[in-house]
Amino acid sequence: MKVTFPHMGNLYIPLRTFFENLGAEVVVPPLSSKRTLEIGCKYSPEFACLPLKVTLGNFIEALEMGADTIVMAGGVGPCRFGYYAEVQREILKDLGYDFDMIVLEPPQGHFWDLIKKFKYITNKKSFKEIYLAGKLAWKKIILLDRLEKMVNRIRAVELEKGKTDKAYKKALNLISNARDEQELAFARQQIEKEISSIKKAKERNLLKVGLVGEIYTLLEPFVNFNIEKQLGELGVLVERSIYISQWVRENLLPSFMKSKEPEVLAKLAEPYIPCFVGGHGRESVAQIVSYAKQGFDGVIHLLPLTCMPEIVAKSVLPMVSKIHSIPVMTLVLDEHSAETGLRTRLEAFIDLIRERKEEEEFGVLSWD
Amino acid sequence: MECYLGIDVGSVSTNFALIDKHGKMLKKLYLRTAGRPIETIKSGLKMLKEDLKDDIEIKGVGTTGSGRKLASVIVGADVVKNEITAHAVASISEIPTVQTILEIGGQDSKIIILRDGIVVDFAMNTVCAAGTGSFLDRQAQRLGIPIELFGEIAIRSKNPTRIAGRCAVFAESDMIHKQQLGYKVEDILKGLCQALVRNYLANVAKGKEINPPVVFQGGVAANSGIKRAFEEELGMEIIVPEHFDVMGALGAALLAKKAMSQNKQKQTNFYGFEAAFKEHRAESFECNGCPNLCEIVQIYVDNKLIARWGDRCGRWSENVAV
Ligand code: SF4
Ligand code: SF4
Repeated sequence: MKVTFPHMGNLYIPLRTFFENLGAEVVVPPLSSKRTLEIGCKYSPEFACLPLKVTLGNFIEALEMGADTIVMAGGVGPCRFGYYAEVQREILKDLGYDFDMIVLEPPQGHFWDLIKKFKYITNKKSFKEIYLAGKLAWKKIILLDRLEKMVNRIRAVELEKGKTDKAYKKALNLISNARDEQELAFARQQIEKEISSIKKAKERNLLKVGLVGEIYTLLEPFVNFNIEKQLGELGVLVERSIYISQWVRENLLPSFMKSKEPEVLAKLAEPYIPCFVGGHGRESVAQIVSYAKQGFDGVIHLLPLTCMPEIVAKSVLPMVSKIHSIPVMTLVLDEHSAETGLRTRLEAFIDLIRERKEEEEFGVLSWD
Repeated sequence: MECYLGIDVGSVSTNFALIDKHGKMLKKLYLRTAGRPIETIKSGLKMLKEDLKDDIEIKGVGTTGSGRKLASVIVGADVVKNEITAHAVASISEIPTVQTILEIGGQDSKIIILRDGIVVDFAMNTVCAAGTGSFLDRQAQRLGIPIELFGEIAIRSKNPTRIAGRCAVFAESDMIHKQQLGYKVEDILKGLCQALVRNYLANVAKGKEINPPVVFQGGVAANSGIKRAFEEELGMEIIVPEHFDVMGALGAALLAKKAMSQNKQKQTNFYGFEAAFKEHRAESFECNGCPNLCEIVQIYVDNKLIARWGDRCGRWSENVAV
């Protein structure tokens, strides 16, 4: 059995660790590229959302490399994510691929179902073995999140251009290659040492921008044109609203292990979106409110074209932005998005919030 | 005399604005890019040089537009700015209280919302052709009307024809249909103006609060028919600034002036008008390093590689010291 899974940012690192430690052979699809997008789009329904297209491309590339078992997340709720796996399975079958697809439904009380599926994938490994492999993968996830947060803070103020990204690349390798918790602890030390040795410029008026929106477009640098890096290069400190750990918590862990944070957060969105609208639509709005309260200078809202939950969120953004006095820019991404257009918008948005901040220092502008 | 130069390189037009140290326009140029941005930038420089007296001293250069990076490596820029900011800066310099900027150029259209002289919101449309100058050019050509007369004729219409304007393809076929039915040319032209305005308000302005003073700029602002259609649709006076067709370039020049005056010691990066006589070459190739197959652009000056971009991963751009 050769296991594969779709890409979403750095998720492949812990997933590979998990399955390999359980003795499965893993085929990591090539990182999402233009080719992935092209084949994905070619075989997807035109109006499907971008994540479906790109992950379908991942599967095809992995199947070409000999994978025969696809592990995919399922989903519930009004948004289309719940149908992804089914649609993709049918498309791949029609294309004549021979494979098994295992869909991991969010374990709302069905945690044992999930374990059973893992047992199947991993050739009947014991619960303890699954637990241990899961633990290491989870620790990697936590470290990856920490790393990404650090990088997003430092990139904006690095003195030597490109230094942060070099350290980041190296760190990803270290985390990826750690075989047990001891090695991972060692990797962590090394990474922290390296990152803290990057020389920083003193910036008194650093701009802070929050990133919110649909999870896949937020986490996958290929589809968002590496927006975090671009903002960092423009001298902006970036904070992303969703990290992999959160996704895993929400989608793979049993409910008693979930944090209460999302519920608290959802309250912030209540005046604008009172109910669950699928995906992270409500969370996006809540995060914007939260960023405004934390004194961020602006928020960028990312979504794939035709993404329903985020379109609902987008519709209330003018109001949220006005009431909480925070500029918000929505960027809609699809397979036709071009980097130059995105870059122009980013630069203009940063100019906008920078001027606003400078003006505020003198206490004149009221944002209306 | 101390001057500042602004260059706005778009896919349709390349514009130059030369201003004095008070921000007054000394000379402007509006050139067709015609797919040859480097040549166009150079011929613009030459034209400026020929036109000007010798006591001109360029103290700073700003570039903007989709080709801003290219322009900056060719002429040596002090400021490289996005189009939104450049347009806003230029507009404020002419109408300091402006609250809304409608900009329709050859290749794209934008709306910029300002309050108290600061950009607070904007949107850009780079995808839909129905909202741009190129679309009007095409339709004028189809009807055999010189584009300069478009607005004049449209304004005469008493009974504009309704043209479906949601998308360029539909608008075009609808217009052809109406033309065959024998509608008057002026009514069709006015109908096109209204369709473009409707399309702009629905797709670009999308419910943004349009408050006066409203400034209309970009190449299409020359078309009085469009101006009138905006006025009728919005019920407001629309101001077309004096230098409406080169506002991006003007903004870039003003930004260069600002940047240089903030830092008095700084010498301009401008290579001088001689840049126009150097030999420039742009080459591109496809990188096979990974399946992204990035198109890498390389710029040579007198056979020396000076800039490189287009890679997603930094493999090529990191290795050129610009
Ligand atoms: S959240 Fe949006 S992009 Fe994701 S599956 Fe749902 S509709 Fe598609
Ligand atoms: S430039 Fe980098 S990302 Fe682009 S094709 Fe080459 S190796 Fe791949």
